[in-house]
Amino acid sequence: MKNRFKVLRAERDWTQAQLADELQVSRQTVNAIETGKFDPSLKLAFKAARLFNLGIADIFQDEAAS
Amino acid sequence: MDKLKEDSNDFAKNIKKNHLGNFYWTAAWVATTALAAFGPRLIWNFATLPTILGVLINLGVGFGMIVMNKRNVRGWDELQQKIFLDAAAITLGVGLVCGISYELLEDIRLISSEPEISHLIILMALTFMAVIIAGHRKYR
Repeated sequence: MKNRFKVLRAERDWTQAQLADELQVSRQTVNAIETGKFDPSLKLAFKAARLFNLGIADIFQDEAAS
Repeated sequence: MDKLKEDSNDFAKNIKKNHLGNFYWTAAWVATTALAAFGPRLIWNFATLPTILGVLINLGVGFGMIVMNKRNVRGWDELQQKIFLDAAAITLGVGLVCGISYELLEDIRLISSEPEISHLIILMALTFMAVIIAGHRKYR
């Protein structure tokens, strides 16, 4: 699964630590999501969508479908 | 970003609090294990009642430590839980497979000494640590 975490974070000028703090996860988790090593749960995906004020589909894309 | 502000900042604080709780429970368990192991010999000369009490206290504190550890793990984020779950699964497998093989070694007379449970615990601890380190390296 691809995601736009890094781009969206950069657009808002947030650090990984700030984003991790907002999502209540570790910085390691934010980094693993950004680098595509870890796919978050639906709960965390919804939380990120709320934070970025976007829909889940605007942040995460299914690589198999594209 | 302020939208989630009320929910945030608790994560690191809770992890720290749970780690500390885990540390205290583990320290208490080690202390009560020492009391149950050495108390009968060194303090109350194998009197039955204090020996039974020592074992019961040790078990009670041990279960408290297990509950605290579970609470600690549930406080982690999902990646941390995944790393822990992988490590726990591999450790359980290694413990079972190697434990039974180790036990078998004496039965089939490949070793002459009685298998020690402490050897198995050391193996499981080393396995767990190695897999936790590997997991953190994988996702860093």
